[in-house]
Amino acid sequence: MDLFIDTGREALRMLFGGDPYLWQVVLLSLRVSGIAVLLGVLIGVPIGTAVALARFRGRPLLIALIHTGFALPPVVVGLFVYMMLSRTGPAGGLDLLFTTPAMVLAQAVLAAPYVAGITLAAVQAVPRDALMQARALGATRTRAVLTILREARLGIGAAVVAGFGAVISEVGAVMLVGGNIAGKTRVMTTAIVLETRRGNFATAMALGLLLLAIAFTVNVLITRAQQGRVTWTNARGERPWR
Amino acid sequence: MEVKRPVLRGERIVQRYGGRTVVDVPEIEVRAGEVLAVLGPNGAGKSTLFRILLLQEKPYAGVVSFDGREVRAGDTSVMRRMGAVFQRAYLFDGTVTANVAYGLRVRGIDRAEVSRRTTSALSLLSLTEFAKADVRTLSGGEAQRVGLARALVLEPELLALDEPTLHLDVTVRRKFREDIERVARSHARATLLITHDPADAFALADRVAVMEGGRIVQVGTPSEVVLHPATAFIAEFTGAELMLHGVVDRREEDLVQVTLSGGASLWAMAPDARAVAGSSVHVAYRPEDIVLAPAGAAGETSAVNRFDLTVEAVVPAGALVRVRLAGDVALTALVTNRSMTSLGLAAGSRVSASLKAAALRAYPAMA
Repeated sequence: MDLFIDTGREALRMLFGGDPYLWQVVLLSLRVSGIAVLLGVLIGVPIGTAVALARFRGRPLLIALIHTGFALPPVVVGLFVYMMLSRTGPAGGLDLLFTTPAMVLAQAVLAAPYVAGITLAAVQAVPRDALMQARALGATRTRAVLTILREARLGIGAAVVAGFGAVISEVGAVMLVGGNIAGKTRVMTTAIVLETRRGNFATAMALGLLLLAIAFTVNVLITRAQQGRVTWTNARGERPWR
Repeated sequence: MEVKRPVLRGERIVQRYGGRTVVDVPEIEVRAGEVLAVLGPNGAGKSTLFRILLLQEKPYAGVVSFDGREVRAGDTSVMRRMGAVFQRAYLFDGTVTANVAYGLRVRGIDRAEVSRRTTSALSLLSLTEFAKADVRTLSGGEAQRVGLARALVLEPELLALDEPTLHLDVTVRRKFREDIERVARSHARATLLITHDPADAFALADRVAVMEGGRIVQVGTPSEVVLHPATAFIAEFTGAELMLHGVVDRREEDLVQVTLSGGASLWAMAPDARAVAGSSVHVAYRPEDIVLAPAGAAGETSAVNRFDLTVEAVVPAGALVRVRLAGDVALTALVTNRSMTSLGLAAGSRVSASLKAAALRAYPAMA
């Protein structure tokens, strides 16, 4: 038990002492996973929306494929991206292996199915009447779809949260394609693996705590953005239950 | 009489789902200045026809014209000249004001104008006090009024209402019907109302198109449809709730003599020429057309059909009383409380029931 207490104390000291190594790793993690989720949203939201609203042959199969994406093992995605980017791979010429863009790419592949799948469910949960109603009120097709996305925004917020949660905490893909190079491609999860192996439990635990704190903070921010416009008033605009 | 030119017109509209024809309407038009009601039971194809006329859905075949010009499904510029209220108004997340302003916003109308028109639409439907309310806190009737305000604020050339009172309870329904009556003619060039409720259709419409099994079976003024229903279905659907069944004995011009399945005989109008001697017919009557008199009374001679019957039951029905009669023929009459008292009607008493032939309609049974 002493090990945990001592390690915890040391971890807190590092956190509040502004250890440069620690913060450099944290910032890189945020950058890589943040951009990856952004890409995941750019890919996943349109796909999820299109599949939710359109009717075409093979749609159930596509939905099953998207949902299978939830179960993609990060290390398999890492392997796939590694092979693509390796010298002999189809994108080898880009020379991206063991760089942050490679890590972003791998994580975007992991995030996209989450974003697409949860967006799909959220958009599908909006009654089809909404689309017809928006069109009937004079909205163009694009405007009507944007209105539906606004109706589904709580669900889409959840999609972003799930996507971010999946990538910030994964280690397999970034380890393979990033290579865990100090000061270059080392992120929180790969650093935790390394520091644990070296016996630097305090550093590993500090990173673990930070990872949790970041996940929590991001979730709070997204939830606030999600729920911020909800106005809890009764029909007369009063808030009797405040 | 001058017929106003149609605002919205559908010709040879056919819709098929999975090989099944759900709508087959050779012609329908909503004319300037009128309220046209499409009346029919659930599953008659009314809502499908509505979506096609509103350009929300592409028909299998047929042409929709707006203001004399042929238009296509999904044409936003034409859709912007119509305002629609659906069965259950789908209100967008947000305030009442934001919902009413939606159609104006998507048209890119400037803020001041949006605000002015929204305020006036809210006041028109007594929604001013709800302006800032979250739509999720509204009752069904309030939500439906927001739906109506949202359509009217657009100053549509065609106001289109699909069963707007379907999900409202009785008192709210009456109030909402009054709202529609008050605003439809003054705020839209023409109104199309889809309903399964004859009360809605007859209260609001200038013309009624009765729909059955995907087809329009009669178009006329409310009184034409009620007094001269074209088919047994329409008669029954529009309130001649009671039907007798029998076989035609002989035909004299528009009149037929029918022997009912119970053995009694009566005279009825039969506008359908297929009701010939030997054919089986349904005979429709309205309970309020039955005149009751003390048993054995000579009665008025203009009443061709007279039966001496026994009162089986007397059931209060609001201001009136429903009298169930049994004997050679089973009839239900609707009389005032005063008549009931003066005739001393009670279960077991004998009365004479008269029905003018002109108030009875015989329809071929296969129709």
